Amino acid sequence: MTDSTISQSRRAFLKRTATASGFTLGLALLPATRGQAMFANAPSAESFAPSVFIEFAEDGNVIITCHRSEMGQQVRTSIPQIIMEELGADWQHVTINQATGDAKYGDQNTDGSRSVRRNFQRLREAGATAALMLCTAAAKGWKVDPYECVTDNHFVVHKPSGRKVAFADLISVAATLPLPKPTDLKLKSRDNWTQIGKAVPSVDLTAMTTGTAVYGQDIVMDNMCYAVIQRPPVLFSKVKSSNQAEIKKMPGVIDVIDMPAASAPALFNPLGGIAVLASNTWLAWQACNALKTEWESSENAAYNSEEYQQALLDEAAKPGEVMRKLGDFDKATSEAAKVIDASYYAPHLAQAPMEPPAATAVVTADSAEIWACVQSPQTTRQQVAGALKMPLENVTINVTLLGGGFGRKAKPDFAVEAALLAKAVGRPVKVVWRREDDIKHGYYHSVSGQRLSATIDDNSKITGWYHKTVFPPIASTFNPAANKPTDGELDLGHMDTPFDVPNLQLERGEAKAHVRIGWMRSVANVYHAFAKESFVAEVADQLKVDHRDFLLSLIGPDRHIDFAASNAKYGNYGDDLNDYPVDTARLKKVITEVTDMADWDNREQQGRFLGLAAHRSFLSYSAAVIEVKLNSRGEWTIPKAYIAIDAGTVVNPDHVKAQCEGGLIYGISCAIGQITALNGEITQSNFHNYLVARMPQTPVSIDVEIIQSEALPGGVGEPPTPPAAPALANALYAATGQRFRNLPIPLNIKTA
Amino acid sequence: MKVTINEQEFDYQGDPSMPLLWFIRDELKMTGTKYSCGMALCGACTVHLDGEPTRSCQLPMAAIGDKAVTTIEGLSSDGSHPVQQAWREHNVPQCGYCQSGQMMQAASLVDKKQPVSDEDIENHMAGNICRCGTYPRIRAAVKSAAEAVAIKVIK
Repeated sequence: MTDSTISQSRRAFLKRTATASGFTLGLALLPATRGQAMFANAPSAESFAPSVFIEFAEDGNVIITCHRSEMGQQVRTSIPQIIMEELGADWQHVTINQATGDAKYGDQNTDGSRSVRRNFQRLREAGATAALMLCTAAAKGWKVDPYECVTDNHFVVHKPSGRKVAFADLISVAATLPLPKPTDLKLKSRDNWTQIGKAVPSVDLTAMTTGTAVYGQDIVMDNMCYAVIQRPPVLFSKVKSSNQAEIKKMPGVIDVIDMPAASAPALFNPLGGIAVLASNTWLAWQACNALKTEWESSENAAYNSEEYQQALLDEAAKPGEVMRKLGDFDKATSEAAKVIDASYYAPHLAQAPMEPPAATAVVTADSAEIWACVQSPQTTRQQVAGALKMPLENVTINVTLLGGGFGRKAKPDFAVEAALLAKAVGRPVKVVWRREDDIKHGYYHSVSGQRLSATIDDNSKITGWYHKTVFPPIASTFNPAANKPTDGELDLGHMDTPFDVPNLQLERGEAKAHVRIGWMRSVANVYHAFAKESFVAEVADQLKVDHRDFLLSLIGPDRHIDFAASNAKYGNYGDDLNDYPVDTARLKKVITEVTDMADWDNREQQGRFLGLAAHRSFLSYSAAVIEVKLNSRGEWTIPKAYIAIDAGTVVNPDHVKAQCEGGLIYGISCAIGQITALNGEITQSNFHNYLVARMPQTPVSIDVEIIQSEALPGGVGEPPTPPAAPALANALYAATGQRFRNLPIPLNIKTA
Repeated sequence: MKVTINEQEFDYQGDPSMPLLWFIRDELKMTGTKYSCGMALCGACTVHLDGEPTRSCQLPMAAIGDKAVTTIEGLSSDGSHPVQQAWREHNVPQCGYCQSGQMMQAASLVDKKQPVSDEDIENHMAGNICRCGTYPRIRAAVKSAAEAVAIKVIK
């Protein structure tokens, strides 16, 4: 079709279909100014916006709004991909808009590996709604049944006749139609999917490879000051005195401002301290370094990691509160031919995203606007509105790209800091967290002590399994009295122990928090999987049986774990156990798959040292095999790793593959890093003493297998992480005979 | 003092001890070069100084002299440097924050127009941290980029 025939048919078509004369779409073009394009959000009153996620410009171009935060999981591609499945638009004519924090989108909190699974159905319906309206508009013109029409590549096609019309020619009519009812929608069947399941390249790939992608640290505004904050070295200690009058006279310093002192509960409040505002980051930083502050004492100054580790392990060794029980473990112990027992310790960790937190605020007498790398823009909005005592509607939260999040950026204390400072100085303020601030003043992954015990009868059969877990809970950040693992945390790899044993006892113990505890990628699954999967390998070793075979037999027959049988409640990541059962067949499948990939059975004759671990988390199943090699200096490397995941229905296989690679590597970092405290002050400060995996500690290559599944979508961002640390520890045991029960694992292992 | 960045000359009158990173980011408002550690520990701020990879967070303005600075914005005018192309081909970035530094570090290896081994890549890239764990893809992309350059040289 030539251009002129298109325009002729367009005129003819419009003539036939126009109902309201002069109805135009006044959608403002997205401003080209850098940074603004992704924030332009206000839908024009006249545009065709069949849902909060989809808007058509007059020229037929589509703006798809992504309401979840992009932090590397490619959600800005996968969310549109789900919508595109039903919408039938052409990617060439699609722009992705980033939502502000607004309840109209539903939950926006980008954590818990739930962006896809919690939005899968509603986003398909959003796409189908728009498509049906376009089909209805076309059908009016053609005087046919709308259900005989489909959307394809930015056209509506009448299937029986083959006639087609461009989306652009339908906008004005579609905009006048009533929204169809959900029951009117006919979603595509799985075998007709062309978007879901396809490796669509990331929409931000060009920006990210040319340095034009905009993160929280990158916001630039006219008349902006740069703020760096000296925060209390010990949680909740307050400023006694400082030389801030002197600091105020330093070159480039605009102001020095006392932050409101913090007290328990920590919540998402700023930590207090003294803020230095200057004309650039460097000057603010220098002036902040020159601050000489005396701090009052705080009860948290008693926190010493070495003593605390011992106290956790002592607590883990005592009988605790029983949370799930099957049979009689004590009886199994007294009748056992053999009892195997081990304790495990895992230290605090910092999420340490490559981009330290940053937020920019503009605050007027009655409004506030924030630009920040936040995982939870609605929470940020509430926190900022609360801190400024402003109605929620007057606060706008613009979400930049996140240079990694891993849970840290779900806590918007840094955005509140920016808001308070912008209000105090009456001009835009960007708060820049230095790496030292990020490491020393975090919401830490919890420190844990665990004890496991297995009872064995005369036939080498496992008769009982015991697992006690002790760690200061995340709840302590919200309620200082909280000193026991909460149900929500126990549900992450403890309560859902999938083993087929007649006597099972799962317990918790008490531990008081002395730092802010927060969630980090995979949360309690990280240390629970480390202890559980290390212990399985230890028991197999003592019984002189193959680890994989033992693990499969311990999991036992194909079944759905029956929590009611052991009088236990299981939260299941907020989803129904009928939709997402704890399915042992799926867990075993990833184990057999990954060990086949790794040629597990031939490892000994090939002289390869392999470690295995498997874990269900966030409704998905993953298993990893890590191969290690030691050089003459005792340094280990990982020539190869293998991971199999069953995440149910998968939207973008390449992104799932990338999450498996990256999630496994994040888990290796969890095995080598540690955050410790001395007299309440965090010892580590930057990447020289807070170790994270660099290229030499990571697999040269990773084979990823995504199990083909038609099950409901599970989580993807977190499940690859938990098996990494135990798989590494198990591989190092195979290579050296040394068992690492206390993390971190050293990079250099002295062999006897 | 005068500094040349991406073939453009700039005049700088401020504190000579200020690291180049902050001149690029805060004064020139070119934000492709990232801050992450400030101690030359992670490589996110990597730029080229006469073609050599350099951590701009630890390079005082006074130390630049007449050496030419290249940032990610100057690596190519249109994202066509073989490293940038390879990064897209392998879908390397996850969050993307460290990738300007990774690409600048990688480009200095690839630009030498020599074949690179796995060991060369690991040695050359060991100073650049990626918390998303894109290392396996970085390895593959550097290899592709080096091959692409080598093929061009042969032609």
